[in-house]
Amino acid sequence: MRLEAINEFVIRFANVNGTGSASANNMFSKAVFRMGVPVSPKNIFPSNIQGLPTWFEVRVTESGYLGSRGDVDFVVAINGQTLRKDYDTLVPGGYFLYDSTKALPRGFERDDVIDIGIPLTQMCIDNYSNPRQRQLFKNIIYVGALAYLFNMEFEVLTNMVKEQFAKKEKLIPPNVGALELGYNYAKEHYPDTCGLSVSRRDNVGDAIMIDGNSATGLGAVYGGATVCGWYPITPSTSVVEGFEKYAKKYRIDEHGKNKFALLQSEDELSAIGMAIGANWMGARAFTATSGPGLSLMGEFLGLAYFAEIPVVLVDVQRSGPSTGMPTRTQQSDVLSAAYASHGDTKQVVLIPCDPADCFEMMAKAFDVADRLQTPVIVLSDLDLGMNDHMSRPFVWDDNREYDRGKVLNAEQLENMKERWGRYKDVDGDGIGYRTYPGTHPTKGAYFTRGSSHDDYAAYTEDSSVYEANMERLVLKWETAKDVAPHPQIKYRDKDSKIAAIFYGTSAQASYEALDGLEAEGIKINTCRIKSFPFHNDIGSFIQEHDQIFVIEQNRDGQMRSLLISEFNFGTNRMQSILNIDGMPIRARRIKRKIERMLNGEKVSPFTTAHSSVEGA
Amino acid sequence: MSYLKSTFRHPESPKNKLGYTEAVYEGALSTLCAGCGHDSVSNSIIKACFELSLEPHKIAKMSGIGCSSKTPAYFLRSSHGFNSVHGRMPSVTTGANMANRDLTFIGISGDGDTASIGMGQFMHLVRRNLNMVYICMNNGVYGLTKGQDSATADIGSASKKGVPNMFEPMDLCELAISLGSGYVARSFSGDKSQLVPLIEGAIKHNGFALIDCISPCVTFNNNNASTKSYEWVRDHKEATGTFDLVPEEQEIVVQQPNQILETISLHDGSVLNLHRQPHSLDIQSRESVLSSLEEARQNEQMLTGLLYLNTDSRNTHELINSSEKPMNSFTKDELCPGSTILESINESLR
Repeated sequence: MRLEAINEFVIRFANVNGTGSASANNMFSKAVFRMGVPVSPKNIFPSNIQGLPTWFEVRVTESGYLGSRGDVDFVVAINGQTLRKDYDTLVPGGYFLYDSTKALPRGFERDDVIDIGIPLTQMCIDNYSNPRQRQLFKNIIYVGALAYLFNMEFEVLTNMVKEQFAKKEKLIPPNVGALELGYNYAKEHYPDTCGLSVSRRDNVGDAIMIDGNSATGLGAVYGGATVCGWYPITPSTSVVEGFEKYAKKYRIDEHGKNKFALLQSEDELSAIGMAIGANWMGARAFTATSGPGLSLMGEFLGLAYFAEIPVVLVDVQRSGPSTGMPTRTQQSDVLSAAYASHGDTKQVVLIPCDPADCFEMMAKAFDVADRLQTPVIVLSDLDLGMNDHMSRPFVWDDNREYDRGKVLNAEQLENMKERWGRYKDVDGDGIGYRTYPGTHPTKGAYFTRGSSHDDYAAYTEDSSVYEANMERLVLKWETAKDVAPHPQIKYRDKDSKIAAIFYGTSAQASYEALDGLEAEGIKINTCRIKSFPFHNDIGSFIQEHDQIFVIEQNRDGQMRSLLISEFNFGTNRMQSILNIDGMPIRARRIKRKIERMLNGEKVSPFTTAHSSVEGA
Repeated sequence: MSYLKSTFRHPESPKNKLGYTEAVYEGALSTLCAGCGHDSVSNSIIKACFELSLEPHKIAKMSGIGCSSKTPAYFLRSSHGFNSVHGRMPSVTTGANMANRDLTFIGISGDGDTASIGMGQFMHLVRRNLNMVYICMNNGVYGLTKGQDSATADIGSASKKGVPNMFEPMDLCELAISLGSGYVARSFSGDKSQLVPLIEGAIKHNGFALIDCISPCVTFNNNNASTKSYEWVRDHKEATGTFDLVPEEQEIVVQQPNQILETISLHDGSVLNLHRQPHSLDIQSRESVLSSLEEARQNEQMLTGLLYLNTDSRNTHELINSSEKPMNSFTKDELCPGSTILESINESLR
């Protein structure tokens, strides 16, 4: 028996880190995309530069489900260290492509797996003399072999090679040659072997392929960010690199000087300090970090909350706690972002789920921060940030203006009759009017401080003034509910009492799992949370349902806790479905878990193999 | 602290070029202890800004946390001030400066705020050569938490608590010089005639300017065993020279007899006239200044005055090639690449 499928399968590449495999694997994935077939690549890499195992999973998905599916149908096993493990992950009927220069050791005798041996190392030795070329072309050869096995359009690949090396033309013939070597070997030795194929479709429309972090960086350029202080940390570094790349292209003034100031700081405290200082001065500024950086920035986030200074912080989450698994994904900074800093603080959080969201929410984050005069945390994660995703294209309306919030200019200050107070709530929305330094010779100056202050920014230890100020901040929090993006609520059946809540990168796999359940007649309504504070619609949604699955990627059900904490109801109705293995949450496992929970089984909330035997 | 501040000003108080009297540069009533050195430093800042005819609203007052960091409330009431978090004034000032390079930035910090919790930020601020004046009001002791030793306390020096400090002190001037600061001075809050021109020179300097100002804590560190007391400083300080700052359009003041006059041009055309004794400090040589500082320390002397000057330094903006126009003044049309470019970016991702 062998798996048979057109445009619906998962292939996993097992490589050694630092051998150039990621670009070859990306080429395969992009070729599927160029054939009009939706695709979802995931790079599963170690915290290491060279030598450790790395995997690259590509889901070919004509139906357009871009989350992680679960299970592996085809393995390209290039890494001897993980050969056994990779062999064992295959589903029955799956395919095992390995380097047959050396025979497979004993124990690789599954009769439900189709072996495809290609002597990759030997072919490289025979064809190339340079050791680096031998290593790099090994990857290109297996891509060529896959093109034959999956019956792909070979010229899509050769065109990509030509594009990639347009500026180094002499590299084109050897790369095309390597593709042909692989293609021809497979054609000669494995005709009619593979039941999986990629066939041209028109299912990607105007979609683009990009990683979330680059999209976030581009969003910062479009959103008008000019100042960025930052400290390198995986997986957030490429947000700033993306910003720099696009800013260098589109933000140079007529004298050849930068309309942006980018400074690598000495640590995360300094990074957020720079961003806060710049925003205080009236520029749009941001920084990007991951969990450890978020912890370090806590004190400063409290200052910005209490002194009411806008600032945008991108947190690309990774597996914690502490250093955790720094190159694996998780959604485990939800609580520490939402309540970042000591004392009574609440922070606005925006949660994108794909690159188009990253772009749009990042640009929007500056408007929200300026409008509310408070920090805004864009909560992404490693899966979204560092993997390429197929996404709606970016959209920008040229008539869109930046919302700089309530800022008084010199003329307004000059004509002001009543006494101005920086923290005075004259509009009843909890938000005062700010001024930028240097605006007016005699009016509008004030002293910004993290200590208790009155409406006029003067220091106070008067309890009633302190209390009134803290209550005004609650009123501002209410205002925030309408300023931040609203949740996406979908009813599959208005009468259904079963629902699911999820956010960020848990959304795609969840929608897929619920589609599968709907096909079996189980209709589950959904709410995708896009921001904190929670919109009142989320509260109503919880009230309307008797059994709600809260699907997320952390151990403690942090979003569930946050919902309970904020709404003060729903504890018994909300059940966690969790994933903490560092891999993106898988659709098949969510589906299976919900089935068992609906069946009344007492099961653990975890979808991963270690805690229970879930999945196919 | 005092509870009343006289509002009476002489009707014929001198006015500066902008037509402002010194009163325009004052701030709120100080809440520091009576006799605190910091209040004298505040007054010197007021005097310097008045004499340079700076527009108060074009100055940003930055500080961290501590007694010293409270002082920006007590001078320049028409300037925006930012009392940030402990030890982090450097990063906040860096961001603010990146956002508007046209303002004058005066950062106030203390020895705890700079030499302990803020040491990392301080050193990197110096490295980046941010265009600002950094005044450390240095009293060797934590005042607001009542008398703990700070990292600038000398070995053997004891605060009111009476226990001599055991650990090596930080010398902020030596650090700043070795990290490339182009303007490094040490002064004493009680010596206004020296401090005011030092502040003026620091404001005029292009790049990072440090003034380590010994400013005694009358409550916790003004006792006999302390090397940061008024008495000790008066007895041990050794002025390395005096100078006048001559703004661009004014004539040079004639030098005193028996002194060397060195004339050094600053970035904006102003001139520093440095008067010094023969064989004293060569303020344009890093090596010689560092060894003089070391020598003075061994002799239990405290060198004051302008210790090091390098007028060739390039500030952060010049180093990173940022636009001459302040970042906070760009409009959407100048910042946003627009939909046509976005469509071409989309196309490149297909």
